[in-house]
This record gives sequence, C-alpha cells and structure tokens, in this order.
Amino acid sequence: MTPRSTYQRMLGWGGRCVVSLILAFLLLPAIVVTIAAFNDKAILSFPPQAWSWRWFARALDYPDFREGFHNGLIVTAWASTIALMVGAMFAFVIDRYSFPLKRAIEGVLVSPLVIPHFTVGLGFLILAAQIGWSRGFAVVIACHVILVLPFVLRSVYVSLRNLDQSFEQAAASLGATPLRVLLTVTLPLLLPGLVSGWLFAAILSFNEFTASLFVTSQRTQTLPVAMYNYVREFADPSMAALSVMYIVATAALIAFANAFLGLGKVLNIEQSE
Amino acid sequence: MPGQSEAAVRFDAVTKRFGDVVALDDVSLDIGRGEFMTLLGPSGCGKTTLLRLAAGFLGPDAGSIAIDGKCVNQLPTYKREIGMMFQNYALFPHMSVADNIAYGLKTRHVPRQECRKRVGDVLALVKLAGMEDRRPRQLSGGQQQRVALARALVINPTVLLLDEPFSALDKNLRAAMQVELREIQRTLGLTTIFVTHDQSEALSLSDRMAVMSEGKIRQLGTPLEVYRTPRDRFVASFVGDTNRLRGRLVSVDATGAVIALGAARMKVPAEPFSGRGASSAVDLFVRPEQLRLVNSAEPCAMTGRIAAQVYQGGHVDLQIDCSGHDRLLLRSAGDQALMRWPLGTEVGIAIDAEGCTAFPAE
Repeated sequence: MTPRSTYQRMLGWGGRCVVSLILAFLLLPAIVVTIAAFNDKAILSFPPQAWSWRWFARALDYPDFREGFHNGLIVTAWASTIALMVGAMFAFVIDRYSFPLKRAIEGVLVSPLVIPHFTVGLGFLILAAQIGWSRGFAVVIACHVILVLPFVLRSVYVSLRNLDQSFEQAAASLGATPLRVLLTVTLPLLLPGLVSGWLFAAILSFNEFTASLFVTSQRTQTLPVAMYNYVREFADPSMAALSVMYIVATAALIAFANAFLGLGKVLNIEQSE
Repeated sequence: MPGQSEAAVRFDAVTKRFGDVVALDDVSLDIGRGEFMTLLGPSGCGKTTLLRLAAGFLGPDAGSIAIDGKCVNQLPTYKREIGMMFQNYALFPHMSVADNIAYGLKTRHVPRQECRKRVGDVLALVKLAGMEDRRPRQLSGGQQQRVALARALVINPTVLLLDEPFSALDKNLRAAMQVELREIQRTLGLTTIFVTHDQSEALSLSDRMAVMSEGKIRQLGTPLEVYRTPRDRFVASFVGDTNRLRGRLVSVDATGAVIALGAARMKVPAEPFSGRGASSAVDLFVRPEQLRLVNSAEPCAMTGRIAAQVYQGGHVDLQIDCSGHDRLLLRSAGDQALMRWPLGTEVGIAIDAEGCTAFPAE
C-alpha cells in the first residue's frame, strides 16, 4: 500500500462520508415508504407502532388498482412497442442518411423532453374532444408514444452510432443483400439498444401520471391515476404497499435485463463490443 | 477478348471526390490475375478509397471499375464476389467462428453438408481446426485475423481485398502472419489488393506496388523497381530509409547523369535532368546501405562525426553529423562498425558510384 499523509486519509474518510450521505438521501423516500407500508394502523404515520402485511392484501384486492394495473400493462405494452418501432426507424434514418431539415426533425422528435407532460395530456384531451375521439385506450397509447419516443430514439441512436459500419460492410462483401444484412447483422447487434430503449419506455409509460390524468377515463385509468384517485379519498398505507411492490417489480425487471444483457449495455453507458 | 481478360481488376480513369476534396484523381490501374498488388501511401492518399471502390462501398464520380472484365460501377457489393478483410476484422460478435465463416456460404445457399466441410477445410488451411464453436472474443488477435481470412477465403472470391489487416498485431505475430497470408495467397492463386501505409510491409509482400499520394499513383512497379529507381522525390523518401544530399550536376547524356558531391561522382538515371544545364544543384537520394565510411583524410563525398550507434543485431545503424546537411543514416552489415568507428570519430563518407537517384533541387 502506498503511504498516505494524514491529510489524504482525512480526505478519504470525508469523501466516503459524503458519498454515503448522498446515497442515503437518494434512497430515503423508498425507505420511508417501505417502512410505512408495514404499518398496522390505517394512517400514513411514521414510524409505525405495530406491523402488518394487511395493506399489501388490500392493495392487491382493491378493484381500481387491479384494473389500473391491467390497463397500465395494455398501455405500456402498446406504447413502448410502437415507440420502439417508430423511434428505431427515425434513429436509423437520422444516423444513415443526410437530408434537408434533418436537424429540425431531430428537434421535433426530442421536443417532448422540453414540453411539459401536462401540456401533451391537455393537448390530447382537447384534440380528442374536438374530433370526437372517444376516450379509449387509443388516446392514452398515442399520448404515451409521444412521451416516451425521445428516450427510445436516443437509446437506439446511440447504439447505431456505436455500431461499427464494417460489420455491415463485411456482411455485404460476403454476399448478403441489404435486407439480410439488416436481419442477421444489424438488428442482432442493436438488440441491447433496442431492449434498453423498450425497457426505458415501458418503465416511463407505466409510471406516467401527469399526462395520463388528462387522457384517461374511469375505464382506461392507469395505475398511477388510480393511486391518485385513491389517495384523494383514503390515506391508509395500502398506497405505500403498492409503492413497495412497484419498486420491487421494477428492480426485478432491471435485474433480469442485467442478467440477460449486462446493465452497462442496457443503460447504454457502455459501448457494445 | 485477349488483352482485356488479363486484368482481374481494372480501374479506368477513376475519380472520386468527397465534397471539395479530391480523394482520387483520374487513377488507372490494372491488377493481373493472381497478382498481389499493394496500394501504399500516407493516410489521406486515396488508397483506402480505391479499395472501397473495388468493394462497392463507394461509387466513382468518373471512370469505371471492372472485375473479371465486367464493369461493376452499378453492381452492389453483395453481387461482386469479393472477399474482404478489415482492419478490425469485423468478425460478427454474436456468431461462433463456424457461423462467421459459413455466413458467405449461407448467402449463396450452399447445402448444409458441403457448408460444414468447407468451413472445416478452410479452418485447417488457416490452422484453426477445432475452433468452430468459439466466439470471436474468446480468440487472440492473431486467431481473429485467421478467422477473418478464412471467412473471406471460403467463398472463393474473385478478388481478395485487404484493408491494413496487420496493423493491430504486434511485430512478431505480424511478420509470421504476413508470410502465412502470402503463402496461402500464392497457393490459391488469388488476386489480392492490399492497402497499407507501412512501406516495409509493401516491399516484403507485393508482386507489384502502387505508391500513392494526394489521390494519384506516383509510381507503379515491383518492390525492387520502386526501391531501386524511385520515380520522384516523394517515392524516394516515402519508400525505404533514405538520405537526401545536395550535389551538383556534372553532365547528362543518354546513358545517365553524373552528379558530383565532394570528390565523389555518382551515376544516376538521366530522365529528371533532360534540358538541365551542368553544375545546377541537385538533390541526391542515397540509401543508408549505399554509404561507406573511409578515413577522413581520404578523398570522399563529405566528412562528418559519428553521433550515434544503433546496434540492430544483424547490422549497425550509424548516425553521422555533417556540416551543412541533415544527420546522415548509414547502415553497416555485421557489427564491426561498432568497434571500428566509435562515437565522436571524424570520418569520411563515400557513396556507391551506381544505384542512387537524384532530382533537380527544389
């Protein structure tokens, strides 16, 4: 071990403390909610006096939550899949071709990052009312596609950028038609980017609240909206229980993706080989 | 078509621009059947562009490219029957070695049985038998290169295109792979275009080489021709080590020009000097092995002082400071020079009377 001065050692300890505090701060809400979820009393108090699982049972039984979960899955599956296809197509075109207004199109595609979610939701609400579009799943899905598109686009675009063109050229030199190159080389090599894009879109869409509040109806309300409606009437820990399940499910999904593809690749912070 | 059919690949007055930059300027080049042709030049000289035109990754702005006598200007890469090896090998990371090699056979709908046999055969050829199920990332750099070569060879291409394939290998492995590649190429009689910026690689591998700079072919010839009789100052200084000395033109006639430097007289090719008057200044290009050391008292081309000795095993490189010139490089076979000419010795420098080249001074 290299010799270190007292000053360096203090700096090291200080650094560790600061990092621990930041991590604790990041996890604080999740920890508080988790503890609250096991409260036996029907109030959201902290810390709990007695412990129980009953709010988990209540959350799983409550019809609005069940339906919201089901609706959320439908919306998420459609929205992230459509966004993936649209986003991948645009990412491909933007990466491979140059054409007039390319910058402008890029700007439009990432504009939902700048435009607030409630604006998008309100816009869809007005539009749906204007053209007499019933407030079914189509509106919710269309709205979500727009909201998650920038993330999918980014994810696929970064993977495309990192993809060395010589792979595709090698395939072409071996006699593969452009379609064959796409199916056997480009898409398999882009898979981590596509999966991560889809995953991000799915998590964002499933958690999306602000815009969903405008465009969902009683019949199509997603889980976050159902939770909001619930919390306006009741203030018991079943909300907290639901949150804990949310966190566990999302963590499991990411852990699964990590085992399957490697987290670095899924988050696109690591170049694919 | 006699004459026509000689060239396996023919570039005819090919021009390629990237925006305002002219990457290739009216380049014509014929590559014979079974020939190992090297495109040599510094980066940006157009050598890679020429290779990419042959591969069909780019199209020419003017001129035509023919493979096997057929114009391929409009033919996409996948119909060209080429084998290509990339600088980074471009092995498909999501496929096994066998699937990588079989890729070109599958696109040609070769039956499964024959496919397996040909993959086995070509793996044996590149000395990787038994590696079928490995993934590219499990292989060493040299092994990856062999797989890349096998993948390009297995389809029996009309032309093999090599884009700086050795640049990622360490020196010893590189030399071994070069010999091996050349043997395989010779055995199969495969027309090959090889791109490199490494002049020693070009000299040791090529049947013929094209030295390129600024989008033009400066000289086309066998390695021996290019090394011995460079056609211009760029080729003279780019290919092989060389010393540039300032001399004086003595006479020009049909058999050659005579250059004087000190007491030395050198006979050089006359072409660059047609119409030049005697005693005009010339740049004399002398290879390190064409210089000899003599006692400084003897009549010689110039005198200097030994500034450095670089022992290379089989030979010694001596660096000599001479007033009025850049530091000279002199190559002496064996190791006697180490003892005979210690550092700081005042020496006389003699130049071989034949075999140098010279161009009018700029």
